Amino acid sequence: MELGIGAFGDANWDPATGTRISEAQAVRNVVESIEVAEQAGLDWFGLGEHHTPEFPVSAAATVLAAAAARTSRIKLSSAVTVLSTDDPVRVYEQYATVDALSNGRVEMIPGRGSSIESFPLFGYDLRDYDRLFAEKLDLLLEVNRSARVTWEGTTRPALHGEYVPPRAEHGPIPIWLGVGGNPGSVIRAAQLGLPMATGVLGGSAIRSATNATLYRRAAEQFGNSPEQTMIMLGSPGFLMPDGKMARETWWPHWHQFMKIVGEQRGFAAPTRDSYDRDTGPQGGLLIGSPEEIAERIILMHQHWGHVRQYLHIDMGALPQKDLLRAIELFGTEVRPLVQRELGTTSVDTLLGRASAPALTSSR
Amino acid sequence: MGIQRIAVVGAGRVGTAVARTLVDAGYDVTLSGSGSPAEVEAFASIVAPGAQARWTAEAVTQADLVIVAVPLHRLASLAPAPFTGRVVVDAMNYWPPIDGELEEFDAAPDGTSRVVERLLAGSTIVKTLNHVGYHDLEVDRRALGHPQRLGLAVAGDDPSAVAIVAGVIERIGYDPVTLPSLADGRALQPGGPVFGARLTAAEISRALRDLRLEAA
Repeated sequence: MELGIGAFGDANWDPATGTRISEAQAVRNVVESIEVAEQAGLDWFGLGEHHTPEFPVSAAATVLAAAAARTSRIKLSSAVTVLSTDDPVRVYEQYATVDALSNGRVEMIPGRGSSIESFPLFGYDLRDYDRLFAEKLDLLLEVNRSARVTWEGTTRPALHGEYVPPRAEHGPIPIWLGVGGNPGSVIRAAQLGLPMATGVLGGSAIRSATNATLYRRAAEQFGNSPEQTMIMLGSPGFLMPDGKMARETWWPHWHQFMKIVGEQRGFAAPTRDSYDRDTGPQGGLLIGSPEEIAERIILMHQHWGHVRQYLHIDMGALPQKDLLRAIELFGTEVRPLVQRELGTTSVDTLLGRASAPALTSSR
Repeated sequence: MGIQRIAVVGAGRVGTAVARTLVDAGYDVTLSGSGSPAEVEAFASIVAPGAQARWTAEAVTQADLVIVAVPLHRLASLAPAPFTGRVVVDAMNYWPPIDGELEEFDAAPDGTSRVVERLLAGSTIVKTLNHVGYHDLEVDRRALGHPQRLGLAVAGDDPSAVAIVAGVIERIGYDPVTLPSLADGRALQPGGPVFGARLTAAEISRALRDLRLEAA
């Protein structure tokens, strides 16, 4: 089991101080978080893509490139690449470049994304949502497979065997399909023969694990191999040595974050009551002490059978020092507890890829 | 009333959560989507066991009650004929990130359910289930009389249709709060005071009363 961190690059208003860090600082904070995640022994870091003042990391691959130069072992991924409004050829070139800089440590999670600000920004029509994503994913997979691509579709000019460099050194870049949880999307991941990255974003940590059963059943029907049938899960998460203190510290930030998202999308902010439910022993918000979070991940594994769990950590302007401390605890305390129960098999091993050199114990 | 057979139309996140809830409450449930029954069955047996996969038209014509939970931009692709004369729950929301900008839903002064009513002409529309999150619907169910039992608002023009749907809401584990007009469903839409809010029946009533005072 691998453990990792997911981030957006957070420049929200801090509810405690009423201030906001600069967008440039938010970008630098992510690079620092990735370095700390590696030092803490974590396996993977995923970076989201947004185009807003709250989440200004719009060019994730560029940030991952900076992190690639400062790390040597941790996997670097998008989480997610909003593929519908980008050019798959260019996306491949960027991530293959990060792959070169990182000696083969890049992964990608193309997804449709739940935020839509990139559609008007790049001149796409939301009504084409499904078609854009399906076609662009098809092209991305094709470019990842073959250096010279022949492809034709309706969303960009055709390709007639043009060369797309640099080719990733260790074969195709591992691509996980980002899935929100719709059964149809789960089946599509299996149909495409792709491993699946999905989220448990609150509510129950295990109830939607029916999607894991569905995914495996469908993968079996499509005749997919085990390495095509892996699941990674992301959940909002935060840790402090004392679980109660973690929940109290996170709450005002989470509440504010959900309130802002809620105002944009029209739903009510969470109540303290639902927060207590969702951070409880079966809840989908992984907020607590290292022991509590390790137990939750083990419980989730019984239902989901996932091979990687990541914590999405930077929502609502938590001070960077608290985030770094949480990342450290996740790597140095949660990871050994989880791996004692679930083993240390890496995703690279499951994929049959040569791993980057292992870091000696970080303690 | 004798409601026993319920057709859930739409096999996405909302439809499958609704179907599971209804199966658990003891109803005979069918589930249909844009695919064939065989395609729906392939995942219904796993994500909503107990719900029978059908073609939409067949399921709707054989049901005592229909619940529609498809993305609104796909609603126009449903043939309205089988829905004629039936009580139909509109569990949907206009959600531009998924639906794109749909002019008729964007400018719907009497609420999006009035647009649904026009598209499914001849059916009796009742709005409910739309203001609860699909991931909350099952976890928040409580037995009758439980102090933390939550409420669900039920809006419609036809009192007997509203009563039928309220009975189902009660049986799946919520206290219904009935509203006398389908246009009242505006208060249940995204941006309204009860949308996604996990409130008791008393709290819903209070929020809707406050809204009326505001409007006055």
